[in-house]
Amino acid sequence: MEKLFEDFSLGLFFWQAVLFIALILLLKKFAWKPILDSVNSREEGIKNALDSAEKAKLEMQNLQADNEKLLKEARLEREAMLKEAREMKAKMIEDAKTDAKEEANKLIAAAQASIETEKKAAIAELKSQVASLSIEIAEKVVREELSNKDKQMKLVESMLSEATLN
Amino acid sequence: MRRKITVKTITLLLLLVSFVTYGQEEHGHADSGSDRASEVKAYIQHHLKDSYDFNLFSWTADSGEEKHFGFPLPVILWDGGLKVFSSSKFHHGETVAEVDGNYYKNYHGKIYKTDAEGTITYDNEHHATNEKPLDFSITKNVLLIMMVFAIMFFMFSRMAKSYKKNGGMPKGMGRFLEPIVLYVRDEIARPNIGEKHYKRYMSYLLTVFFFVWIVNLFGLTPIGMNVTNNIAVTLCLALITYIITTVSGNKNYWKHIFWMPGVPVPMKIILAPIELLGTFIKPFALMIRLYANITAGHVVIMSIIGMIFLFQNWLGSGLSFLLAFVLAILELLVAALQAYIFTVLSALYFGMAVEEHDHH
Repeated sequence: MEKLFEDFSLGLFFWQAVLFIALILLLKKFAWKPILDSVNSREEGIKNALDSAEKAKLEMQNLQADNEKLLKEARLEREAMLKEAREMKAKMIEDAKTDAKEEANKLIAAAQASIETEKKAAIAELKSQVASLSIEIAEKVVREELSNKDKQMKLVESMLSEATLN
Repeated sequence: MRRKITVKTITLLLLLVSFVTYGQEEHGHADSGSDRASEVKAYIQHHLKDSYDFNLFSWTADSGEEKHFGFPLPVILWDGGLKVFSSSKFHHGETVAEVDGNYYKNYHGKIYKTDAEGTITYDNEHHATNEKPLDFSITKNVLLIMMVFAIMFFMFSRMAKSYKKNGGMPKGMGRFLEPIVLYVRDEIARPNIGEKHYKRYMSYLLTVFFFVWIVNLFGLTPIGMNVTNNIAVTLCLALITYIITTVSGNKNYWKHIFWMPGVPVPMKIILAPIELLGTFIKPFALMIRLYANITAGHVVIMSIIGMIFLFQNWLGSGLSFLLAFVLAILELLVAALQAYIFTVLSALYFGMAVEEHDHH
């Protein structure tokens, strides 16, 4: 112990303290801080990269699931659309058919009606022509009949006889 | 791969050179075995001490003159004014240095104020009683601390710059250092201090870890600078740990020291002084542990190297060499281990200071 005290050198203690504290402060500013900061930021960078890779993987999975869902939906929709289209087609054909039938019926009816009226008109005309012809003939016949007295008389008589008979 | 082999080779060479250097120091001296043993002992004690000049090795020339290989360092004294002179004035403790009319002598690794003849007076226990001026010299150890300061600043500021240049990735030296920095953060600071507070202490923990490690490694090189086997250095480090712990201690920390919750009142009274003492003992143990481990390591290695010269036969010296080699490798481990232990325990104490107890 005595030797320890004897060996103690104040000068060495002084220089060691001064130099060592200066070394701590200098290294802190010029070495440890930049070194540890870079190491920290590098470690953080690696951690972030790993995290984002994990996140990207998850997102990818989500995306794939979404895609599948979308595809499924699209398929369903397509089927629905096709079905609807088919139905619509059938309905349209049906509609067209009924329409056509109705129209045809209407046309037929109209044609029948017009034929009827035409027929009636024709009959009426025919009747009037027959009437006028009959009158003409009758006139001519009457005129012929009434051209002489005998005949007039004979006619009257026949007519009268007829009338009495009735 | 080739680089690795080169590094290994260099390490091995350094170790070998260290033995050779120690060897040169002893060679040519001493005739009898006991002389040699005491010389080895003196050399080890000398080696463990700080020194005013940077001396790689000394030898005695054929002419009997002592030769030294190295260079002097500045001596800075405060003795009624600042006195700065080169340690070459001491001539390795042989002469008295004269500065502004004052005389100083380097006696057993300490500077004493003396008269012109360099007279040292002693008390009954053979301790020098001369006046000692305040000594702020740049000694060998201070020089190494400065070198480590420069090396660490260079290394880590370059590492920090390489992050900026390469978009957050280290390059070159940083590739080697980053795992160690992260180890200190993830294995030492985080588990011991807790996720919430550890960031505040990172600068100190990293600095102290690398400082102690590098300084310990330098202690193993043949240049023979041993900073961490000076009690002043380990005291300084432990004191900083103590100050940081005390300053950052929260309400709970102090409550656990002075009024331990969950025990009966008489126990609280008994525990308070023990706990208070504990706060001093913890950093004190830190100081002693680092100091003792490194000093012991050096003493053992050098003693075994010294045995090579004591045996003076192929078998004994060869075995000693082998043992010294194995121990040198063990010391490499100890160098890192002590740095680790110091850092872990510091972190643990900080953790205790900022811990939040919810369960009481």
